[in-house]
Amino acid sequence: MSTFAETEPGDARIVLAHGGGGAMMGRLIDDYIVAALDNATLRELADGAVLKNESSRIVMTTDSFVVVPLEFPGGDIGRLAVCGTVNDLAVMGGRPIGLSLGLIIEEGFPLARLRRILDSIAAAAREVPVDVVTGDTKVIEHGLGEGLLINTAGVASLDENVHTGFDGIAPGDAILVNGTIGDHGMAVMSVRNGLEFETPIVSDAAPLAGMIQSLLRAGIGVRFMRDATRGGVAGVLADISERTGLSIEIHEDKLPCRPATRAAAEMLGFDLLSVANEGKVVIVVDPADADRALAMLREHKYGIEASMIGKVTAGDPPLVELVTENGGRRIVQRPYGEELPRIC
Amino acid sequence: MDSATKRLVEELHSLARSIDRPVSVMEVCGTHTVSIFRHGLRSLMPEGVRLVSGPGCPVCVTAQRHIDAAVQLGGFEDVIIATYGDMMRVPGRLGSLEACRGKGGDVRIIASARSALKLAQKHPDKRIVFVAVGFETTAPATAAVVLEAGRTGLDNFFVLTTHKLIVPAMLALLDDEDVRLDGFLCPGHVSVVIGSDAYRPVVERHRMPCVVAGFEPKGILDSLVALLRQIDGKAARLENRYEAVVTPSGNPVARQLMDEAFSVADTPWRAMGVIPQSGLELRSEFRRFDALTRFGIQLREDEDHPGCRCGDVIRGKVTPAECTLFGASCTPLNPLGPCMVSSEGTCSAWFKYKPPAHSKRS
Amino acid sequence: MCLAVPGQIVELDGNTAVVDLQGNRIEVCTIMTPDVRPEDWVLVHAGFSISQLDEQAARETWSYLDQMFGEEGNEGPDDAEDTDNGRNTTTGEAPRG
Repeated sequence: MSTFAETEPGDARIVLAHGGGGAMMGRLIDDYIVAALDNATLRELADGAVLKNESSRIVMTTDSFVVVPLEFPGGDIGRLAVCGTVNDLAVMGGRPIGLSLGLIIEEGFPLARLRRILDSIAAAAREVPVDVVTGDTKVIEHGLGEGLLINTAGVASLDENVHTGFDGIAPGDAILVNGTIGDHGMAVMSVRNGLEFETPIVSDAAPLAGMIQSLLRAGIGVRFMRDATRGGVAGVLADISERTGLSIEIHEDKLPCRPATRAAAEMLGFDLLSVANEGKVVIVVDPADADRALAMLREHKYGIEASMIGKVTAGDPPLVELVTENGGRRIVQRPYGEELPRIC
Repeated sequence: MDSATKRLVEELHSLARSIDRPVSVMEVCGTHTVSIFRHGLRSLMPEGVRLVSGPGCPVCVTAQRHIDAAVQLGGFEDVIIATYGDMMRVPGRLGSLEACRGKGGDVRIIASARSALKLAQKHPDKRIVFVAVGFETTAPATAAVVLEAGRTGLDNFFVLTTHKLIVPAMLALLDDEDVRLDGFLCPGHVSVVIGSDAYRPVVERHRMPCVVAGFEPKGILDSLVALLRQIDGKAARLENRYEAVVTPSGNPVARQLMDEAFSVADTPWRAMGVIPQSGLELRSEFRRFDALTRFGIQLREDEDHPGCRCGDVIRGKVTPAECTLFGASCTPLNPLGPCMVSSEGTCSAWFKYKPPAHSKRS
Repeated sequence: MCLAVPGQIVELDGNTAVVDLQGNRIEVCTIMTPDVRPEDWVLVHAGFSISQLDEQAARETWSYLDQMFGEEGNEGPDDAEDTDNGRNTTTGEAPRG
């Protein structure tokens, strides 16, 4: 919980001096950032964080977040900034040990809104759990539009026995996904595209490190994992097929999806396979472990609707194919960029 | 495969054997094209039955000159362009609306004509130009907002009208001797407005089987069975297999709206040239909403990319794979021709959902 | 050439209806279907209802879609709460970016 007792006036806003390295900046860091994200390492406010690591290997990643709008059903840019980086670490098999937080804020940005987003960062980090151990704040002049950009970097400890990667994937391997697809993309779309569109769809933004670690600790033969963010499940499957030279067959009737999400996608002309997720991972596992992996995923709060969506095959040329509900087959292509709503 | 689908597919195969010659059936509507690809229906087709994608994709048939006009209008300082997402990436000679936005143009994606009107009400200091594309399904919505703008006296709302009529295009296709078709899968949602009787000239004048089809896979398969039955029996009838929403006479209110706002005019189709009486223009009493007139935009004749065969693709003369640009220099990321742009464009749909190169059955 | 989806009218005020599409609610202009009443099913294209349809036909469309994507899984434990908090309404225009 935030330990910050004093409340800011409702209309208080970021000014350039908040990024100027002086007293104003000190107050912003103490009263807002450290207050929300408090931990021993961050409290030092040193030039860098010193972290303990139990393994000889670490994973490092970074990601920048520019979502429009900043707050959307089921999440906000803060939750995304934690989940995105944590999930990149998690799918590499890592146990997150520290995050950095870079804030680029436009002058005029409401402090109350900043606090909401910082609280959301804190809540997501607690859930992992991982500390935000270092950070940076800059204030820029008007012109960003949405007012806030976030970069997070993360470091994770990688156990000696974890070896995942494209080269471990073989024909016959099972492909799992941990739940309903397309929820994040459609939730954000519902506040973006000018439809006057009220929806029960909420973003699936979630940190998956705990769920993934439980698979690894149980000794499941995990070959490869990737979180299906921009480009959706289709993008990840295209990566796998391209990098391994193997084919993939997935089954439409095994793809989990919520009725409201599907209906919104139908309405706007989207293919849910190409729509972004922020709490979904595609997991390639040894077929002998597939059922056990599925059962373990379903034990976890972010894997209740996990499904085995298909398998890796030896097909040549390498293709991702979808067996449709009516028994037809089609090729799933890599999505080619931002999908736009259409009426035709 | 469920039993109903299985029965339909078996029937298609049996009809194809009985017909015993290659058959080309055109799905006129781009949404049918997408549905056919998306549900893998091509992989279920008997050998010898070719599905040809027709001109029913507004993005694909909007003339270059109209895209250019939209981009030019987006360059005005005080203009907000309101467009359906479909049109954002269509390239004209001046680039696309997406590129126009990149250069600082105010281009908003809307999902309803009413949103364009609301933009005009919300921004009285701006001029809103609504890029009105589409066939008879979409045109009544444009008509409704033009009539509303007329009633409410809005003076900052303008329309770039490129609406098109589907039956004249089907007739123009059949007048082309190089086009060889055995039947039409007629668009379901256009037919909601124009009614199934609108295809009578196609059936009667050209003895061409016409079946109005829905969009679900089973609906499409069922309509294909109906078409092949006609072809097998050497019949040419009009059949409505989308009776849940399509009536013989269509939606009279929607047509009335169109009649009030628009008159029928000759209009240019991308890669197909001017087709007589195939488009809609604002009636003189609504000419004050006409963006071209009000902004003094001059239209320039289309010039197609050399080598681009979109015109032949739209007419069903060639498949996208037969175009040398397809997948090479012309891709969804860098579309040279209109059919590669819209996700329902024939080339784009082929690129995205292209039929398996080798047939595998499980 | 035209995407259209079936939905049920849940509110009607003059020519403006709120139409439910499997839990999503959009504003629809009903000027082309002047006889509709609340609870009627309509086919919606680009923010306008272009036709009425009977409930069975509408449900068949969605039930076919249900089959297409497999049986729906169990709802997550947080869903009920999220559903309420997640409701939102957009403005009539798309932000840039």
